[in-house]
Amino acid sequence: MTAPTTSPTRTLPRLPRSALVGLGIGALFLLALFGRYEPKVAVSILLSGLTLGFLYFMVSAGLSLIFGLMDVLNFAHGTLFMLGAYVGLAVFNAPFLAGWSTDVRFLTALVMGGLVAGALGALTELSLIRPLYSRPIYQVLLTLGLTFVGGELIKAIWGTAGFFMPTPSFFNTQGANCPSPDLLAFFTDHCSSILILGRAFPSYRLFVIGLGLVMFLAVALLLRKTRLGIIIRAGVQDGEMVQALGINVRRVFTLVFALGAALAGIGGVAAAPIIGVNLGIGQEFLLQSFISIVIGGMGSFGGATVGALLVGLARAFGDQLVLSGVQIPFVQEVIRLSPSIARASTVIIMGIVLLIRPAGLFGKKD
Amino acid sequence: MADLLIVDGIHTYIGQSHILEGVSLSVPRGSITALLGRNGAGKTTTLRSIIGVLQPRSGTITFDGKAVQGKRAYNIAAMGIGYVPEHRAIFRDLTVEENLRIAERKRGDLARRSDLIFELFPDLKTFLGRGGGNLSGGQQQMLAIARALVAENRLLLIDEPSEGLAPIIVENIARALKRLAGETTILLVEQNFRMASQVADRYVLIDDGRTQQSGAMADLVADDAAVRRYLGVS
Repeated sequence: MTAPTTSPTRTLPRLPRSALVGLGIGALFLLALFGRYEPKVAVSILLSGLTLGFLYFMVSAGLSLIFGLMDVLNFAHGTLFMLGAYVGLAVFNAPFLAGWSTDVRFLTALVMGGLVAGALGALTELSLIRPLYSRPIYQVLLTLGLTFVGGELIKAIWGTAGFFMPTPSFFNTQGANCPSPDLLAFFTDHCSSILILGRAFPSYRLFVIGLGLVMFLAVALLLRKTRLGIIIRAGVQDGEMVQALGINVRRVFTLVFALGAALAGIGGVAAAPIIGVNLGIGQEFLLQSFISIVIGGMGSFGGATVGALLVGLARAFGDQLVLSGVQIPFVQEVIRLSPSIARASTVIIMGIVLLIRPAGLFGKKD
Repeated sequence: MADLLIVDGIHTYIGQSHILEGVSLSVPRGSITALLGRNGAGKTTTLRSIIGVLQPRSGTITFDGKAVQGKRAYNIAAMGIGYVPEHRAIFRDLTVEENLRIAERKRGDLARRSDLIFELFPDLKTFLGRGGGNLSGGQQQMLAIARALVAENRLLLIDEPSEGLAPIIVENIARALKRLAGETTILLVEQNFRMASQVADRYVLIDDGRTQQSGAMADLVADDAAVRRYLGVS
């Protein structure tokens, strides 16, 4: 008899509960968005939100997997994101790549940002976090301390000034043909923006959405279709039992730490042409990613994804509200909101979710 | 019959609590040995010490002539010991098939062992795609035992397989364990004395973290005084 591969009892594929809840929340958001704005503006807000959301995802996915598997709240994850951005910038401007196009330099930067952050993540887990697995308070102090050390090291190497990282030329052509009338035309003229329902949207941001989707699918496939993924998902539930099956769970810890750090590093490089490279980006992304995983549920990859997208969409929607103001019925004047409302919106969502589901939308752990 | 497992005077602490105060036992190769005792006697802690989830502070554990103590759980398991913990500890978010696949130590283990597993627990074959958390208590227990059978373990440590199950399911599990007697060696922790006495051919009685007596199960069944004193069963 060969090993079975399918279930005779299941005839229709069932969507996981997390996907259904995510779809529901997404549908509500779309209703609110398209009810309030004309389609071209709504789509633009939606895409801006997805851009931010996928950048948050690249930090929150690793943060959530690391917490789920190892019970480590890695405060240094934002620093790895920031380090990825700085390393990416250094590689992008490296003299030995000067003869190459900005596209090649950017791709090299993406790879190197991920590799350096991943290697540093593995080294941190092996040398500093591993001895502290039975001491959670020490872990928190350690990772918190690493954010300061990392920040100071970056300051010592690159200084306190912020940097601008140019968009690669593949997404940066300006000319008579621009903006590109559609996605297909973009692949021939490489305009910096593409017309979507008649409104220009930066093409690089679409690339970030695509990159985030690819990262999401890659991690989801890893978790669902590989033996390593089965071990990670089992380890999130009961690491002790995984060990008792003869699996060296510590080695898996190091791998997951490296993978999470690499994702954050790639996210840092991808974010650099949009938000710049400076000492504040690590903390900002760490905060929003923490909010994402609290909303999605600590330890759940699906939760981290939905949480990150939700936070990104809320930020984009909030920014638009700040720009356009709020019209209240029977009041003639448009109420102008402070820009901090856009930032606070994510905290408000987190508060509401926690009131309804204290473990988060798909939480496995409190 | 040579002993496959020898536990000699182990002392195990959980935090500051001294739980095992010199437990000794031996498990002959090919036998089913029941580890008996009241609640809190130290039965589960003994199994956890053998598999390495807890590290004894002193004493020795020898499996097939090789020292086990001091090794990590994954190394001990890889020596050929399967563990079916109390409360089953199946992975609720994994499907039945994934719960089985994760226990493979060599590629193709599940394929090689599937005849035996599905002969013992035919229900599992029907529910391969179902999430572990969606199984009934009895099915979860079957899955936990089946998971320990995927790799060719020479010793199974099984903790309270009848806990919280209906009598008919307990009968099925007892039948499966008896069938396994020819395949492997079993150290069985069981509160249900009736089931233990049906399944096991040897016993070890522990009380307050110490071994009290051991021998052939038939002798214990005939020793009403010991059964009453150590197990509270009449």
